[in-house]
Amino acid sequence: MNAFVDAFGWLLDGENWSGGQGLGTRLVEHIGISALTLLVATLAAVPLGLWLGHLGRGQVVAINLGNVGRAVPTLAVLVLFAFLPAPLGANTFSFVLALSLFALPPLLTNTYVGVREVDRDVVDAARGLGMSGWEVLTKVELPLAAPLVFTGLRLAGVQIVATATVIGLVSGGALGRTISSGFTRGDQPQVIGGAILVTLLALLTEYLLGRLERLAQRRSSGSQAQQAPAGMPGAQTAAA
Amino acid sequence: MGSVGAVRTLAQLDSGSVHAASVADNCLLRNEWVCPLYVQQRQSQILEAVGEHVQITVLSIVIGAAIAFPLAVVARRNRHLRGFILNSSTVIYTIPSLALFPLLLPFTGLSITTVIIGLVLYSLTILLRNVMAGLESVPAEVLDAANGMGLGRRRLLWRVELPLALPTIFAGLRIATVSTVALTTIGAVVGYGGLGNLIFQGLNSFFRAQVLVACVLCVVLAVLADLLLLAVQRGVTPWQRGARA
Repeated sequence: MNAFVDAFGWLLDGENWSGGQGLGTRLVEHIGISALTLLVATLAAVPLGLWLGHLGRGQVVAINLGNVGRAVPTLAVLVLFAFLPAPLGANTFSFVLALSLFALPPLLTNTYVGVREVDRDVVDAARGLGMSGWEVLTKVELPLAAPLVFTGLRLAGVQIVATATVIGLVSGGALGRTISSGFTRGDQPQVIGGAILVTLLALLTEYLLGRLERLAQRRSSGSQAQQAPAGMPGAQTAAA
Repeated sequence: MGSVGAVRTLAQLDSGSVHAASVADNCLLRNEWVCPLYVQQRQSQILEAVGEHVQITVLSIVIGAAIAFPLAVVARRNRHLRGFILNSSTVIYTIPSLALFPLLLPFTGLSITTVIIGLVLYSLTILLRNVMAGLESVPAEVLDAANGMGLGRRRLLWRVELPLALPTIFAGLRIATVSTVALTTIGAVVGYGGLGNLIFQGLNSFFRAQVLVACVLCVVLAVLADLLLLAVQRGVTPWQRGARA
């Protein structure tokens, strides 16, 4: 247990937070890369999931992408990308792109399932009212799919914070660097201190995005009775 | 004829080495991505890494399953325990692997045990959820019928609930196994990552062929493990075959 006391001591020492190699910089890098990755992955996956779900196509890809993603180690892709010539290589662009690829499956699967789970009668009714395809998508399917889209966002966000740590092994910064350079220097308080900070960041992400998800569920259950509870667990296991 | 002989002599004079002539067509020296010579020369090292990878994965899944099954069966009858398990498994699953291994260092040090305990925790959370979901998915009418036939609790579990839960349990086993194969690579941070060690070394020495071979082998291992489990699942749930096709 002494090791944890030392690690907390290391974390509470203001010295370790300052400078270009300090925890402050690493934490900002970690949050910055994670936020950027989540943005890129969301902009790519959610419209695609909505579109595929709206058309009812691409089910095999949308559902099974996660299985492929699980089989590929993050470390492998990050190192391969770091070795490739520009614009890839050991740079932020390359890392954000690699992490986005891993964040696509939970976002795509949950968005797709969310749209497909919208009651077909509701969609038919919307069409009967004279709504165009675009209107059905934006005014009916998207609002009703929102809770699952936010589930995807939470799963992707937590995963990104975790995989962003691996960047530190490859070269770049972020909090993984704190852990790996602690290993290189044989500085155990730094290794464990870095690990504690990463863990707290991941748990905080899970908590905040979880609140956002519950907010979306509550808003949606106001407009549509019994949506989330039945549909959620299945879709979650498909993506987790 | 004469010129070939002259070149050979020149090469021998030039470096005094018999390898001089082969330098130009050596993919190791040119650091190429695809290099059969690497696989040839480092065969034993690669096989050793694969062996360690398989060992870590199998132990993590077997131990995880051995803990998950009894725990799921007990948790089903205890609401508090069930809530506790679901909450703590979410917390554990949220901890990044690169942070979990260091957090275990004070207990188990730089050892293969650290990696296995970390991976057991992950596989455990996946398996627990799926075993519980599988057992809960058994229709109430089926349980009523089994009760009516006079099956005791034990026989109910083994003869009715478990077989009906098998597809969900196997889904969990496959997810846990495939993720464990991928996560094992991160064990390289404490020196026991199977193929992850090769990736890590290759990274530090900028060795392209080694990185590519290790990456490909990782994916191949994951796919093979998945197919193996699928075959086992088909074998133990023969009644599902018709429904599946």
